[in-house]
Amino acid sequence: MMLETVATYAAGISLLIGSGFVLVGVIGLLKFNDPMTRLHAPTKVGTIGIGMLLLASMLSALAAGDPSIHELLIMAFLFVTAPVSAHFIAKVNIHRQDCVTPPSPPRDDTWSTLKSPDAEPDPK
Amino acid sequence: MSRAIRWLMPHPLLTLILAVVWVLLQNDVTAGMVVFGIILGILIPWGTSIWWPDTPQGFRMGKMVSYSVIVIWDIIVANIQVAWIVLTVPNSKLKPEWIVVPLELKQPEAITMLAGTITLTPGTVSADLSDEGHSLLVHVLHTDDPDGARDEIKSRYERRLLEIFA
Repeated sequence: MMLETVATYAAGISLLIGSGFVLVGVIGLLKFNDPMTRLHAPTKVGTIGIGMLLLASMLSALAAGDPSIHELLIMAFLFVTAPVSAHFIAKVNIHRQDCVTPPSPPRDDTWSTLKSPDAEPDPK
Repeated sequence: MSRAIRWLMPHPLLTLILAVVWVLLQNDVTAGMVVFGIILGILIPWGTSIWWPDTPQGFRMGKMVSYSVIVIWDIIVANIQVAWIVLTVPNSKLKPEWIVVPLELKQPEAITMLAGTITLTPGTVSADLSDEGHSLLVHVLHTDDPDGARDEIKSRYERRLLEIFA
């Protein structure tokens, strides 16, 4: 009985914290005016916001007497896939020149996104 | 004997991960499911080993665990910092910055892990790799000291990854 009460309260607190971080992520998405800075908001929501919501789900399943571990897997897949999509959105931003042009790399010729398939050197 | 094991399990870690994922997917830890997970964990890497020519050599599991703990802690701390920046710093005062991180890591797996860590840590997004793979382009949301941010990435994450993939 005691454990169930504690788990229910803990689930409630995690829900509050998680939704708070999701709300901050949405505010960031609306507030920033540059595509690159706007990209920062959703990558943050994906980590702590969703993590706390999944923790709440695990805790409430524990309180209901039916422990669940699916959430760990959701978390793992999220951690693996979120950086990949963020990376691709950043590449599109660079390619479309929606952002400040990045400085050229110190040792190599250019960034792989800006490299043209032709043999001619990049104009930058 | 060791050659037989090597032939059966070209990627022991992948076998372990697949077995754990299978058990988690079933949401039910029973002996039958564990055995079936191990069977899948042996069959899938064996069937796809032709697409995995280079096993990462010398992967240190113990160091990887402590690295994961540090990264999760950093994610929590930096999330709060970024939430604070989102709520309090107006757009006109925001100082987004590109930083270039010269890489000492050589293996593609290690560079992928560094880029993933940088993106998961709030406030930084890894945006691009240079054409020869010697530098990583990182976008920082708000910083007064771009060089310090670069040095922190190098000393905090890259140094540890160099030890893991030694």
